[in-house]
Amino acid sequence: MRKFILKYLIPRIIQFLTIIFVGITVTYIIPRLAPTDPVEAQISTMMAMGSSLDPASIESMRAALTDLYGLSGSPVEQYFTFWGRLLRGDLGPSLDNFPTPVSKMIGQALPYTLRLLIPAVIISFIFGNLFGAMSSYYPKNKALKVIEVLGQVVRSIPYYIVAIVLLVTFSYFIPIFPFSGAYPIGTRPDWSSLEFILKNLEHAVLPAATLILVGFGGWFVGMKSLTSNIISEDYVVYVETAGLSKNRILIHYIIRTAILPQFTALAMVLGTVFSGALIMEVVFGYPGIGSLAIRAIYSNDYSMIMGITIYSIIGVAVAVFLMDLLYPLFDPRVRYQ
Amino acid sequence: MTLLSVKNLRAYYRTEVYGISRTVQAVDGVSFDLLPNEIYGVAGESSCGKTTLIKVISGNTKPPLKVLEGSVNYNFNDYKVDMLHISQDELRQNVRWKEISYVMQGSMSVLNPVRKVIETFRDIVDTHERITDKKKFLEQTRAHVNRLGLPTDVLNAYPHQLSGGMRQRVAIALATVFQPALIIADEPTTALDVVVQRGVLQMIREIQTTSGNTVLLVTHDMAVHANVADRVMIMYAGRIAEEAPTETIFDAPLHPYTQHLIHSLPMIGEKSTKASLKGAPPNLADPPGGCRFHPRCPYVMDVCRTKVPDLISVKERHRVACHLVEEGAL
Amino acid sequence: MILLSYNSPYDPGKSFVVPWDLPPSQEHLFGTTSRGQDLFWWLTFAVRNSLFLGVLTAIISRIIAILIGLTAGYRGGWLDRVLMSLNDTFVVLPLLPILILLGFLLRDRMNLFYLAVILGLFGWPFDARLIRSQVLSLKERSFTRTAVYSGTSAFWITINEHLPFVLPIVFATTINNILWSIGMEVTLSVLGLSDLTTPTLGTALFWANQHGALVAGVWWWIAAPALVTIVLFLGLYLLFTSINEFIDPRTRLRLIGG
Ligand SMILES: Nc1ncnc2c1ncn2[C@@H]1O[C@H](COP(=O)(O)OP(=O)(O)OP(=O)(O)O)[C@@H](O)[C@H]1O
Ligand code: SF4
Ligand SMILES: [Mg+2]
Repeated sequence: MRKFILKYLIPRIIQFLTIIFVGITVTYIIPRLAPTDPVEAQISTMMAMGSSLDPASIESMRAALTDLYGLSGSPVEQYFTFWGRLLRGDLGPSLDNFPTPVSKMIGQALPYTLRLLIPAVIISFIFGNLFGAMSSYYPKNKALKVIEVLGQVVRSIPYYIVAIVLLVTFSYFIPIFPFSGAYPIGTRPDWSSLEFILKNLEHAVLPAATLILVGFGGWFVGMKSLTSNIISEDYVVYVETAGLSKNRILIHYIIRTAILPQFTALAMVLGTVFSGALIMEVVFGYPGIGSLAIRAIYSNDYSMIMGITIYSIIGVAVAVFLMDLLYPLFDPRVRYQ
Repeated sequence: MTLLSVKNLRAYYRTEVYGISRTVQAVDGVSFDLLPNEIYGVAGESSCGKTTLIKVISGNTKPPLKVLEGSVNYNFNDYKVDMLHISQDELRQNVRWKEISYVMQGSMSVLNPVRKVIETFRDIVDTHERITDKKKFLEQTRAHVNRLGLPTDVLNAYPHQLSGGMRQRVAIALATVFQPALIIADEPTTALDVVVQRGVLQMIREIQTTSGNTVLLVTHDMAVHANVADRVMIMYAGRIAEEAPTETIFDAPLHPYTQHLIHSLPMIGEKSTKASLKGAPPNLADPPGGCRFHPRCPYVMDVCRTKVPDLISVKERHRVACHLVEEGAL
Repeated sequence: MILLSYNSPYDPGKSFVVPWDLPPSQEHLFGTTSRGQDLFWWLTFAVRNSLFLGVLTAIISRIIAILIGLTAGYRGGWLDRVLMSLNDTFVVLPLLPILILLGFLLRDRMNLFYLAVILGLFGWPFDARLIRSQVLSLKERSFTRTAVYSGTSAFWITINEHLPFVLPIVFATTINNILWSIGMEVTLSVLGLSDLTTPTLGTALFWANQHGALVAGVWWWIAAPALVTIVLFLGLYLLFTSINEFIDPRTRLRLIGG
């Protein structure tokens, strides 16, 4: 057990802290490298865009911005104030929806993103791996070959394009799915009404399909190359000579071992998948973090973008860390070192 | 009565890489019989076709390996099996593990790294005799493992927690759960240190004497054969060079290759290394014509280069394939 | 298409040179946009620029990947651990929000060149890891050990003995990286965070969205760039997989008798 803590746990914790540290430091440095004074630039763009704010709130906004960018004091002091604010979970008010705190708005949008992202990741992970393993175990199966080609195609194309193609095909040319949003325009979110939930599901089909399709291809290809080595491993050949049924071999011997590196890969791609989810929301006008981000871009809401960046980094780091913690449950070799 | 009768077996590997096809003549005209209740050793240097021979007779022929000619017939107490024509279903249901079990080469890695040993037992037993009573299965497995002198703890271990020797014994225990008529063991002692080797051999011999089945023991290590085998077959380049009871092989070998093998065994108290054979073992993708041993044989004659020597019986239970013997010079 | 762009009858910077909103026809192969541009010719520029971006990104990130991969693999020890930890961090970080932040701050100064540099700075970690593992396996091979015993300096061993084996990997991953970079550009442009005056595959889609192309029924404005992107990606991807098979390090190691 001590060895497990020393050899497995401690490195993961260090890695977790490194991700947060590097990520946050990068977000800290970026605005400081920008060639303009962000506060004034911000205020002037907002004025130019015709914000009807009275001088008092402009003043308070200027103060908020200076504080937000952490521009008072020496760089070292600024760096520590920056961290201090983060640890308190205080990311300042949204500039667009002044003075609603950024954290609150993100908190409202996050469930939408997660409700879509988590099932999509799970579904594509399960099916991608299952079909990938099957296609290397049954190399002659025609249907699996077709799936493989489709998977490869979709996988190579960026999220955005997949989303656009689905959108154009299924809500423009063949309008069977709604065009955008998470529920029909004019309805209020009401999670106790079955009708509303069904509508929400209907709106979620295309966005989820995008995430699932792209993810599926990735897992499929990864699993196929992993299992193509495993099917010639001694322990697989052995149970074949022992006459075990193909299904049992596929599940308990091939997938069971090949899935382990895939778990690690899942942790590795979480960041990318999350980014993909943001894009997909933009395409489908789905009201999650991605839509929040694009609105912030259009309205020059710097604090919101900053907040989204920071929360994304922390969120992904935590997710990766949790997966690392769960991993030993699946791999006895790590558990009993 | 014979347990297994192999006649004129020819099995080649046909591979195609970048459009160039290659044929490896791994088993080329092999005939022999296995008797009930014996330990039959197969010896020969690396890549002479030992594993290939086993794959074919155990019903594990898969591309690129292909049987071109010959027959492999079993007789398990009047249950007759033609291994080259049996259906996959029958093979799985009635033959594998019940009549023939196979301890693969490198069987230290035959255990699934992420499953407990007992799970592998369960899978195998359940495949051949549905497990209905879990308790009974556990009891029987524990008893079986105990009988073979293994601690029952191994059942709850993961493979990486066991030593190499222990894993090898677990593999043998797995092979013997149904008391099969034939146990095939491919290099079971290779890669183990001497003390562990002795334990594993002891185990094999005990299993054989108590249950009276037949063991086909493949290893390139002549010392192992000297210790456990009743009869030994010497393979060279995909063919049988000589076959005889163990004492005959070691005391009066006839084939020049066998003689070389025996003489190069280290003797107790001996310091100098023995003279090795000149030349390399032949490439089975392009073997020499005639007697395949001729490029390295110290007694080579003209006829050896062109004519394949027949495997002839010199005495009862002693067969040799060499022109010297055919001509009565030896 | 790239070659065609030099031949274009229209200047991509100008708008309203042809009648707007025409569907695809003989004269205007992919139709025209609401900004009065011929989509086909406009896209020829877009492909050229996108590819340029991709290649530049790939070059920059390849240099970083080689440096880090070789150093980590060859030096090993704590340096390796630190570099790989950093490497994994960059793999895991959600890139898009960071790029959004960057793009947001640089907005008006953004151009293809900056974008390539930025993407290059983020695009190395996967390949650095690959290179490192290749170096590690090469290190076990005898010629490295011989070189070490004969006192050749670490630097020269790395350059002379390892680089030749690492380069094919770099080559194979280049295409992947180009694809990644073009994809990122599409993403950022659609969000309005790149230099929107340069025709690229991404800006094509951005302008189409800005003009509500789908709502207005100008579907070809979206379909054409999407189609071109798909074709481009598929082509490059197929090239990538075939190159990969051809210079799979395993095949190569077998060839040198490893
Ligand atoms: N799957 C395969 N494809 C092509 N050739 C093969 C294959 N397996 C074995 N061979 C070739 O067949 C020949 C016999 O191999 P085999 O494994 O039967 O030898 P062996 O006597 O068991 O050797 P060892 O003592 O090393 O286990 C060798 O030349 C080998 O290269
Ligand atoms: S047949 Fe000839 S070459 Fe072959 S072993 Fe006998 S003497 Fe040697
Ligand atoms: Mg063998």
